[in-house]
Amino acid sequence: MTDVTSSVIDARITATGGDVADYVALMKPRVMFLVVFTALVGLVAAPGTMHPVLAIAALICIAAGSGAAGALNMWYDADIDAKMARTAARPVPRGNVTPQEALTFGSVLGAFSVFCMGLMVNWLAAALLAGTIGFYVFVYTMWLKRWTPQNIVIGGAAGAVPPMIGWAAATGSVSFASFVLFLIIFVWTPPHFWALAILRTGDYARANVPMMPVVKGADETRRQILIYSIVLAPLGVVPAFIGLGGVLYAATSVILGVLFVYFAWQCYRERTGEKADRAAKQLFAYSVLYLFLLFAALLVEHGFGIGESLPALFWTA
Amino acid sequence: MDDADKERQRRQRTRSKAIGWLLFALVVLFFLVTMVRLGGNVVDRPL
Repeated sequence: MTDVTSSVIDARITATGGDVADYVALMKPRVMFLVVFTALVGLVAAPGTMHPVLAIAALICIAAGSGAAGALNMWYDADIDAKMARTAARPVPRGNVTPQEALTFGSVLGAFSVFCMGLMVNWLAAALLAGTIGFYVFVYTMWLKRWTPQNIVIGGAAGAVPPMIGWAAATGSVSFASFVLFLIIFVWTPPHFWALAILRTGDYARANVPMMPVVKGADETRRQILIYSIVLAPLGVVPAFIGLGGVLYAATSVILGVLFVYFAWQCYRERTGEKADRAAKQLFAYSVLYLFLLFAALLVEHGFGIGESLPALFWTA
Repeated sequence: MDDADKERQRRQRTRSKAIGWLLFALVVLFFLVTMVRLGGNVVDRPL
């Protein structure tokens, strides 16, 4: 078969709509996993009990909401995605899903997830979910991302809300403790994202996205990564002092925080050549592990009821 | 029927199956949530 014939067939296949795998990719499944996981921790860590069926329903709604936000992001950012090596194979720039299909899919899924959350769980959780989807799409994707190097600092708020949604789903309210979980993810986002952005500076520059390394340079980005990491390490320990995390969490958060600063320091120190790339890669990989293990410690403590809080220990002593 | 038609049909079939399973899962979920929400309240009402 000639290339011309093959491309004609490709075009006809494309015109028939994407495969199921394309729609799954549209929902950014890896981001969705982290969103659902942190929401689960918020839900389990919240005081009181929630019926397992309602908890599963809440998590499904959160997963759907996250998928909707991802699809709408891919609809709007198709032009940027097509210019970047990391994202060029996404369903819309590849032509497997049309922008109109991505928009419809994201909008319907988003509206449905919020409506179901309201009906099945409660309307505060639904409002938070709607706000998060709206913030990610309208504030981050449509405005901040193309406008300021602080895009992911402010936009990171969207990714930080899921534990609060989980908390709200379980209790019908939000609390200072759930806000601390929000703050941890909020402060974690810049070093996590910028470590990747340092490695993809050329990509972002080509796509005219004003990421921090493009606008301020890699050295300034490394400095800011280090500052955020130094703030994050003690912040990660705070749940242990407000009764949210116990001894296991306290120990885990201290060790993980020290390691985070170490990797950030390595990234700050190594500025050229292969070593610099390796340091940024290590920080990026570690940042994912950090958040996962930190929240897993909370999940284990609350899930198995083994979390004796530090204030309680001090009080007894 | 050429390759493009076959691929189009395959994609349509898998999409339809996925939507079918999704709808079935939603029906089950709505049923379970309704049962949990109603709970014993169904029998606890004035006659």
